[in-house]
Amino acid sequence: MYRILEKKLLASNIYLMKVEAPRIARACLPGQFVIVKDNERGERIPLTICDYDAQEGSVTIVFQTVGSSTYQMALLNEGDAFQDFVGPLGNPSDLTKEPLEELQKENILFVGGGVGTAPVYPQVKWLCEQGIKCDVIIGAKTKDQLILVEEMQQVAGSVYIATDDGTEGFHGMVTGKLQQLVEEEGKHYSRTVVIGPMPMMRACCQLTKKLEIPTIVSINTIMVDGTGMCGACRVSVGGKVKFACVDGPEFDGHQLDFDEAMRRQGMYRTEEGIARQRELDREQGIQQSCGCGCGGDK
Amino acid sequence: MDRMKRVPVREQEPEARVHNFDEVCLGYNEQEAMEEASRCLDCKNPLCVSKCPVFIKIPEFIKHVKEGDFEAAARTIAKDNALPAICGRVCPQETQCEGKCILGIKGEPVSIGKLERFVADWSREHNIDLTEKEESNGKKVAVIGSGPAGLTCAGDLAKKGYDVTIFEALHQPGGVLVYGIPEFRLPKDSVIHHEVENVKKLGVKIETDVIVGKTVTIDELFEEEGYEAAFIGSGAGLPKFMNIPGENANGVFSANEVLTRVNLMKAFRDDYETPVKLGKKVAVVGGGNVAMDAARTALRLGSETHIVYRRSEEELPARVEEVQHAKEEGVIFNLLVNPVEILEDENGWVKGVRCIRMELGEPDDSGRRRPVEVKGSEFEMEFDTVIMALGTSPNALISSTTKGLDTNKWQCIVADEDTGLTSREGIYAGGDAVTGAATVILAMEAGKKAAKAIDEYLTSKG
Repeated sequence: MYRILEKKLLASNIYLMKVEAPRIARACLPGQFVIVKDNERGERIPLTICDYDAQEGSVTIVFQTVGSSTYQMALLNEGDAFQDFVGPLGNPSDLTKEPLEELQKENILFVGGGVGTAPVYPQVKWLCEQGIKCDVIIGAKTKDQLILVEEMQQVAGSVYIATDDGTEGFHGMVTGKLQQLVEEEGKHYSRTVVIGPMPMMRACCQLTKKLEIPTIVSINTIMVDGTGMCGACRVSVGGKVKFACVDGPEFDGHQLDFDEAMRRQGMYRTEEGIARQRELDREQGIQQSCGCGCGGDK
Repeated sequence: MDRMKRVPVREQEPEARVHNFDEVCLGYNEQEAMEEASRCLDCKNPLCVSKCPVFIKIPEFIKHVKEGDFEAAARTIAKDNALPAICGRVCPQETQCEGKCILGIKGEPVSIGKLERFVADWSREHNIDLTEKEESNGKKVAVIGSGPAGLTCAGDLAKKGYDVTIFEALHQPGGVLVYGIPEFRLPKDSVIHHEVENVKKLGVKIETDVIVGKTVTIDELFEEEGYEAAFIGSGAGLPKFMNIPGENANGVFSANEVLTRVNLMKAFRDDYETPVKLGKKVAVVGGGNVAMDAARTALRLGSETHIVYRRSEEELPARVEEVQHAKEEGVIFNLLVNPVEILEDENGWVKGVRCIRMELGEPDDSGRRRPVEVKGSEFEMEFDTVIMALGTSPNALISSTTKGLDTNKWQCIVADEDTGLTSREGIYAGGDAVTGAATVILAMEAGKKAAKAIDEYLTSKG
């Protein structure tokens, strides 16, 4: 069993949980993910790693309640435990494999949309620990849905905020902010790392392609085992079939077939599930949007 | 009684069983088992034993059954096989022990598999304790994977007094026995659970949720956790696809995905949360045991189910019993047919398969006649789900994170056939991780040989 050491509500439906998982905490690198299962009958849910502490033996996850399984997870409290917590899965970020002197010459921009801000954090933190400061754009639908802003400010160079409704920072989507930084403020970025919901990543990739900035995206697909067994996570990258779990989760955003990936992501979306989500959102007073800063075209 | 004829084994009727996931074969009762056992000729030179990968003393255990001493029969089997309830159910007996039975020349061979299963089930139901264990020697051995190879290797080493820990990537022990083979062929709660508990009774520890190569590496187990030897029985879990157009359409699954959802995650039960989504008309591409398992699973989930296989019935690699069961249950066989394209509707969901007819040419390396396309014979079939059951290959998670561990071009770990020794001292491997997808019993044989070799290695090391 994997005990929950700390639980925080980051935004109206986004939770942070620090979980006791010493083996994973020791092995973890930025860019990887875990699979959790809360009880005997639960689903195996792939989740982002937001932070890890080898000394303490803890791994921090951040998740948004999007369906029955994540909703049930959100009911767990400090002291409760997950029955299963497996990882670290996927490949560590390319950044962790590149020579430091090369990275130091770069100017990297991270873009986190909604709950996608969570997996951005360990990468920015890791780079900060290597003495490299990066810029970060954090996007959300509205001010209350922004997460990890203070944490990010401690490890990043500049942190820019973009909210769809203008309640904080830039009024508009993350793509608008990115465009402004490059075209109006004359920023030069050697690459961007974009993590968030698919439509937001797709929009960013369309823009960075135009701006000729190499772009890495990290995708969270349907999967069962997370070790290459089921093939549910297959995506097309540059016309080749890849498994997000063992070949990813990071891919070249300019090569990824977003249309196919988004269509495949919806494979198990059932009528009941959609209805349930609407009901949950109504209970929590959330408007019908994904809150990621994509403009809600999901 | 006609000595040339088998005592028939009771089965659930096809009409009933397509609506449930309960075991199809009900097995012999004591009376039936004794009667079937009395058919055995007790050959002086038993050819059946020579064809058993783990050399179970078949005539000896059958003699005990004939005499009604089922406990003695269980003890005889236990000397060579730690997982008899499993082997009795899933071994391809027709090409092994039963294939060589003298009675098979003129009549039907003795139902060795069904008798093995009877003995194993009887001893489980009567709580016969078969564990015999030497004193602990305190030496730590890591076993990676809790499928048939790993369980066998761990059990044998524990009997010799080793301190064995199995590391399992999934949340439940059993490997392919749990995620791959369906409940209606191999019941999980009774049979698999019991066999795993037996291995634990020998003192073997099982750590689930540990993916060796990700969570921890073999070198870390050696350097930081004091393990002195390791056995890799990580199986062949990666699904193959055909690489034809449309294969990423919604509704195209690997057999692994469907079977894992249903078997491991119990998606067929309403009280489990994992979904499984199959259409009204399902095509399963392939002709092996996994294809039969996937087809019969789809049938039980309510779909009209077709096997699409490029060779003829004779070449079907599945066990005869599985093919027969599939047919009885109403799986439709489309033979000498190969898909060339998956057709999608406007929303990207499967709407059919474009196929081509095949004919058999000259035998290939496997000795089976090679299927050749019949020019101009393309045609379309309507399906809303396609399940690819084309075989699996080993995962590179371990080989890519263990320095000096050699693999061949199919990513199989290179290991000595008699000992399982790999290119690294102290690291042994066996089962599907070495051979590519094969059978439960061959994996057990490899686990057994490796256990012996590991014992010799650690004994000589002192």
